[in-house]
Amino acid sequence: MAELGKIENEQIEEVGQEQEAITLVLGVIGADVHAVGNKILNYTFTKAGFNVVNLGVMVSQKEFVEAAIEADADAIIVSSMYGHGEIDCKGLREKCDEAGLSDILMYVGGNIVVGKQDFEQVEKTFLEMGFNRVYAPGSDPLVAIEHLKKDLGRVDK
Amino acid sequence: MKIYLLTDFGSTYTKVTAVDVDSAKIVAFAKSFTTIETDVNMGFDAAKREIAAQLGHSDFEMSLSASSAAGGLKMISSGLVPDLTAKASRLAAASAGAKVVKTYAYELTDAESEEITAIAPDIMLLSGGIDGGNKRVLLHNAEVIASVPASFSVIIAGNRSAAAEAAKILQAGGKNTVICANVMPQFGKLNILPAKAAIRDLFIENIITAKGLDDVQKIMDMEIIPTPLAVFEACELLGRGNSSEEGLGELMAYDLGGATTDVYSMADGNPKIPNAFINGITEPFAKRTVEGDVGMRYSLTALHDLILESGADTFYQAYGTNETEVTNWLEICEKDPSALPFGEYEKYSHVDSAFAAEAIRISAIRHAGFNEKVYTPAGEMNSQSGKDLTQVRYVIGSGGAVINAANPRAIMANAAYTPRDGNALKPLNPKILLDEQNCLAAMGLLSRFAPEAAIRIMKDSFKEVQ
Repeated sequence: MAELGKIENEQIEEVGQEQEAITLVLGVIGADVHAVGNKILNYTFTKAGFNVVNLGVMVSQKEFVEAAIEADADAIIVSSMYGHGEIDCKGLREKCDEAGLSDILMYVGGNIVVGKQDFEQVEKTFLEMGFNRVYAPGSDPLVAIEHLKKDLGRVDK
Repeated sequence: MKIYLLTDFGSTYTKVTAVDVDSAKIVAFAKSFTTIETDVNMGFDAAKREIAAQLGHSDFEMSLSASSAAGGLKMISSGLVPDLTAKASRLAAASAGAKVVKTYAYELTDAESEEITAIAPDIMLLSGGIDGGNKRVLLHNAEVIASVPASFSVIIAGNRSAAAEAAKILQAGGKNTVICANVMPQFGKLNILPAKAAIRDLFIENIITAKGLDDVQKIMDMEIIPTPLAVFEACELLGRGNSSEEGLGELMAYDLGGATTDVYSMADGNPKIPNAFINGITEPFAKRTVEGDVGMRYSLTALHDLILESGADTFYQAYGTNETEVTNWLEICEKDPSALPFGEYEKYSHVDSAFAAEAIRISAIRHAGFNEKVYTPAGEMNSQSGKDLTQVRYVIGSGGAVINAANPRAIMANAAYTPRDGNALKPLNPKILLDEQNCLAAMGLLSRFAPEAAIRIMKDSFKEVQ
């Protein structure tokens, strides 16, 4: 994650000032206590003009879903750094469907599987799980910001 | 001598306590039947005459009162997610001294709308959505409530982006509507004081008159407040103390009544063990819960159902009773809610105490938080939901079923942790105090004008039971 520390403020382009802000629910899933990446994402997304509900570390699926309901969120951004991501994320899409959040975007990133696996395979697994975007270790949050704007129809295509 | 006259208009009795503020002593006490159906002053005058006879004069510096007569302050609260805004809404209503009959979550259904009509609350607290968040639930529920035929006031304490529109819907439906700040403006952040203040204002403006208390209000030196609010303030003062009189520190109190069991905690509730973190909302230092299905007469059947859920045999064995005795006592209390386990019913004394003990145990578990172990790469952690009350030093018991029992200690022991309570964070080793003179509500009234005297009287009159 070290290279992410280099993000310059002017690089972060603010989104949709004239439009209603995009609301994100952000957190590190499961029993994972890695806080640094979470702080970087919170800072970057907030700076970019998103309305961020940051749940911090050790966030259960239930908390993600409940926060998304109360906040009427547009997207859930899940981080996982400790290798248990696959187990922790399973069923989150189904819970969202059950709670009436069927259109909500779900992104996931970090060290989301055990060890070094082929990322294409990892991406496939998480897309099948119902995530809309999957990020490899070391991904730039600015890319995710562009994706969010695109996926939520906030840029001219 | 400065004598303060402190009156608690209860559902059955009007209890009047006279206090000499200079010597910090209760100098007279009298009670008479509450006469709310006819003229509440009749019962009040009778009690006052008795006080005057005891004192030899009727020269009172101030007259203050609280009321739970005519059903108390009956409220319904609602929110979106049960553990978030619905919980916040319930906490706000309970902290204002209301009898929170029901708490709804998500969008109200037709069946729930009929239920609200049947309950006919005094006030409904409508919340849901953090600020800038979900609007649908507030607007939908406003539509549903607007069409409920019963007449009551609505306080909107939800998503501020939808509050004005919800208010329009409710006003169009003929509901007196007040908007205040959201009970949960940001995710996980409680903000219950504005809703509490709005409830207090409505109580003063509308409810006092609606309950037939306006005549008695005229002769009082302060607005009448709901009795549980007076108890709440007494507990808060006794715990914190003030600049000239030390408090007792962290404490809890139980008021075991016929219809409800009220639980108060004045404690920070933060984790007391290493490697623990709080899951969900951080609850307030001063917290009240009210259990509508845990009570000694009107709610005895509901309490019995709860006991059956956790095993009838365990209950019979733990308290040396049996099914026949329990069923008989239930029938007696159902026919006559004023039945007491004395005289002809002496043989049911242990059954009544058994119910009281379980009422304390169940309401304690519901009030306290709990811990769950989670295993992480960083080792074992404790995920705490609600308040950690393990280090609370004092537990106060009040209410006839506790005070008049043969062994109040055995009943109140259930406020402390026992292995049956699983992972509940109840006090581990508290001292048990009894409010034998039933003065909590009166001291809450006094606390607003003579806090030192109120603290001293409580410290003197609450007896520790071994």
